[in-house]
Amino acid sequence: MPHTKKPRVATVSLAGCFGCHMSLLDLDERFLQLSDIVEFGRSPINDLRRFNERCRVGLIEGGCCNEENVQTLVEFRESCDLLIAVGECAIMGGIPAMRNTLPLADCLEEAYLDGRSVYNPSGRIPDDPELPLLLDRVYCAHDVVKIDYHLPGCPPQADTIWQALVAVLSDNPVNLPYELVKYD
Amino acid sequence: MDLPLRERIESVCRQYDRRRDRLMDMAIDIQAAERCISPEAQDALARELGMEVVDVQSLVTFYAFLTESPTGRVVVRLCDDIPDFLAGLDAVAEALSSELGLEFGQTSPDGQITLERTPCIGMSDQCPAALVNEVVVTNLTPESARAMARGLLRHGDPHRLVEHTGDGRNSHELIRAMVQNNLRERGPVLFGGPVTGRGLEAALRKPSAEVRAQVRASNLRGRGGAGFPTGQKWDFAAKAEGTRRTVICNADEGEPGTFKDRVLLTELPELMFEGMTIAAYAIGADEGILYLRGEYTYLRPFLEHVLGLRRRSGLLGRNILGHSGFDFDIRIQMGAGAYVCGEESALISSCEGLRGDPKTRPPYPAQSGYLGRPTVVNNVETLCAAARILEHGADWFAAIGEPQSTGTKLLSVSGHCERPGVYEVPNGLTLSDLLERVGAKQVQAVQVGGFSGHLIPPREFGRRISNTDLLTGGAVLVLGEGVDLIAMGVRVLEFFVEESCGFCTPCRAGNVLLLERMKRVAAGHGEEADYTYLAELSEAIKGTSRCGFGQTSPNVVLDLLRHFRPVLEKSIGIDPGNGTREAFDLGAALRDAERISGRRSTHHLAERTEHREAAPRKEVKIDGQTRQDTPKEGER
Amino acid sequence: MTDSFTIRVDGRVIEARQGQTIMEATEQAGIYIPRLCDHPDLRAHGSCRICTVLANGRSVAACTQPVERDMEVKNRHPRVEAWRRQLIAMLFVEGNHFCPCCEKSGNCELQALGYLHGMTATQHPHLFPRRAVDGSHPDILLEHNRCVLCGRCVRASRDVDGKQVFQFAGRGLNRHITVNTEAQLDHPGLDLKDKAVSVCPVGAILKKHKHYGVPVGERKFDHDPIGSDVESHDQDKVT
Repeated sequence: MPHTKKPRVATVSLAGCFGCHMSLLDLDERFLQLSDIVEFGRSPINDLRRFNERCRVGLIEGGCCNEENVQTLVEFRESCDLLIAVGECAIMGGIPAMRNTLPLADCLEEAYLDGRSVYNPSGRIPDDPELPLLLDRVYCAHDVVKIDYHLPGCPPQADTIWQALVAVLSDNPVNLPYELVKYD
Repeated sequence: MDLPLRERIESVCRQYDRRRDRLMDMAIDIQAAERCISPEAQDALARELGMEVVDVQSLVTFYAFLTESPTGRVVVRLCDDIPDFLAGLDAVAEALSSELGLEFGQTSPDGQITLERTPCIGMSDQCPAALVNEVVVTNLTPESARAMARGLLRHGDPHRLVEHTGDGRNSHELIRAMVQNNLRERGPVLFGGPVTGRGLEAALRKPSAEVRAQVRASNLRGRGGAGFPTGQKWDFAAKAEGTRRTVICNADEGEPGTFKDRVLLTELPELMFEGMTIAAYAIGADEGILYLRGEYTYLRPFLEHVLGLRRRSGLLGRNILGHSGFDFDIRIQMGAGAYVCGEESALISSCEGLRGDPKTRPPYPAQSGYLGRPTVVNNVETLCAAARILEHGADWFAAIGEPQSTGTKLLSVSGHCERPGVYEVPNGLTLSDLLERVGAKQVQAVQVGGFSGHLIPPREFGRRISNTDLLTGGAVLVLGEGVDLIAMGVRVLEFFVEESCGFCTPCRAGNVLLLERMKRVAAGHGEEADYTYLAELSEAIKGTSRCGFGQTSPNVVLDLLRHFRPVLEKSIGIDPGNGTREAFDLGAALRDAERISGRRSTHHLAERTEHREAAPRKEVKIDGQTRQDTPKEGER
Repeated sequence: MTDSFTIRVDGRVIEARQGQTIMEATEQAGIYIPRLCDHPDLRAHGSCRICTVLANGRSVAACTQPVERDMEVKNRHPRVEAWRRQLIAMLFVEGNHFCPCCEKSGNCELQALGYLHGMTATQHPHLFPRRAVDGSHPDILLEHNRCVLCGRCVRASRDVDGKQVFQFAGRGLNRHITVNTEAQLDHPGLDLKDKAVSVCPVGAILKKHKHYGVPVGERKFDHDPIGSDVESHDQDKVT
């Protein structure tokens, strides 16, 4: 790989809400600066859905709530030199992990059959073969693959993502100042 | 006859003069009579004693032998300590469970029988063993377990399970237990001669300060496992400010694998009570408490009888042996299934009618203990030794053993050896000498000091039982070559998780996390990084825990890491190579969804882990007999 | 004064008095020792263990350990700080702390301790226990999911409010706070003005109808790390 080539950054939202990606867009004019120094690989930002080249950094939003999330996350691990868990969901499961205190069957029954606001004339839990199967609980990113850095926040501030990216792309350790270590 | 609950509880409270600090006794009596302490009973108790119901609830929910919902009339508690596993516990458990038609933790629908597991009941030299209400059954086999179950279903009377009684005073009409003393070696101190009572006589001829000086001179150290100098403890209590003082004998003997105090309580209770009386005289105490673990309830009538004889002989009560002004009496406080109560400040909490949370130290019990009084808490063996010291002199005692570790030590030996039982040996004995005496061959490791003690590898068998080397309460568990040490570590941690009082963070949560990671390792999914994790977590728990419980619970993990690294390394899983965590099992994580949806995952990663699943998985068994389990077709 | 002497904390010499705890002496000297269960208006408890320090080489809880003449205390010591990180992480994983949707977020002391120690993720797996929420009181919410078992409410209710609304029940990981009624929180004794209601360091005891009252950026720990107040009040005495 010629050294002039820009490092590639891939991003994904697994069991997340895309809030962390919004935060990435919150970089505002720095986003232009970012696109000067990196190329986006697989990412919703450029709508590229496959890895066509190895990436330097993968930003993971969200934990794993189904088999497809696991598959995607493993692909990221295989295709990226460094993985950064971005936001509470990737770090500890986040809001989706609230279901982790209950068995999966109870969650599905409440959501599709018994819940007070449920309108479901079919009386069935959705089970189209196209739907990825849910995991017994929501796993955080580092339950499934090795993660190199964690950026806390819900979402992490744009500054957090910026500082972390700048650090890892220049081979420096990620050291966040007090104001950027936030869990909300 | 059938009084309303409120009145039944009132009558229990009356027996203890409605004293809140006797709440333990009331709770134990109510549990025995009502088979539970229901919320209504708690409410009645609280009203009767003029206290808050949350305080009653706080106590009831702490002790394993107290329950809020009814148990069966007969509660079968099968001991699941490691020696029991080594002696075939699984087959016995299976026999009991199938014959009674009950899973562990269940009560029969007719309310007759509850089947439970319980940690060490102090019978490790004659296991598998069980408690049936307060009756002890020992040396269980699948056949005898079945016979026992059938008997209980037929007549429901635990006492009829005792067909023959054990040796020594186990056959005393007030004990009548099938328990054996298995006293293999009698040393010069405790079992060196008859109990004469001359120790107390000698003590009463001296000023109390001289009694303390003599105990100091003997260099006697606490035999419960901490090794604190006894004379110094007595001095602290004697000199502490306070109008009343208390002597407590710690007969909680909860450390798994320890049973030597049981033999002292059976054979030498007079010596123990003599020691307590000497301690009382030495520090100026007027009240004594024998804290007897709930598992030894079968010894209580006998011990009460011995106390009664002593009162009648003027050895307890007012002006003991005519010594004007020396008044002292002893009551027995029963425990109710809480290992942590062996810790002296937790034991004091329990005696005060509180949940068994250890207390903040300082102040130490000697300054401010039971009900705020200066209190000495000594182990059974320590008090027996103290009585002998007063009888034969400090020099006599100090000449036995080693200079820094005087006298003898009583050891409870169990596990893989020909002669398990109790040994009174001089301090300084090496482990290899001991192993020879007990008939142990092909030993992989010895656990000295119980679960909170240390796992000693063969290359360190030259170490000595001594205050300056292997300081121990006396439990010696011999582990033969077949034992799966990692599975054993898991069992040890399970015990600590069950028994933690939960007061402080590291012990409450840290032990759970240690167990989680050790289980992962035991299942063959360890990663190299897990060993650093385990070591750092262990150090944090030891370094920050509030009492001896958490300060020692990670020992087994650290010892495995230190001495048995190759054993652990065998359990490192195969790195999947793609950065996935070894412990993550997609196949298992999808099982619920597959069952609910009725379709199988077509995911190639799930298939990959399914292969792993289909491969024979190692069942975690302490006895090292691995069971090859292949999932049945269609089960997944 | 005969009962006053000096101790050293991380090399700094400070005044201390006989009968003081390490926590009290350091607090007075403007040295912050991280803590969670300890509260200036309540009797020391020594349960969270976050204030663990090395005193003359021995690890002790600063909130309960009395000072001794010439005591050598290590507070900002790598080993001690590693232990504290472990303890904070343990508290996060043993309960259900979903900071993003907690009303206490930004004002939460557990969270603030995580921030102070630069914690971005826990090394421990989350246990996700199943715990109850008690919303029976008209003005107060008891959220067991977020309880860290510090016992501040137990002590405040008993020792300050004179009511004993709360108590510990169960043991080990099942240890929990129980409420002094047959079933629910609407105990006649518990009042919004009670000390027990205001001392909770986390979002376990919350006043209802307050919601997310303070905007992000203006909350207690948004800018100032926990302990800043202690460290600032005595800057001029730093030697």
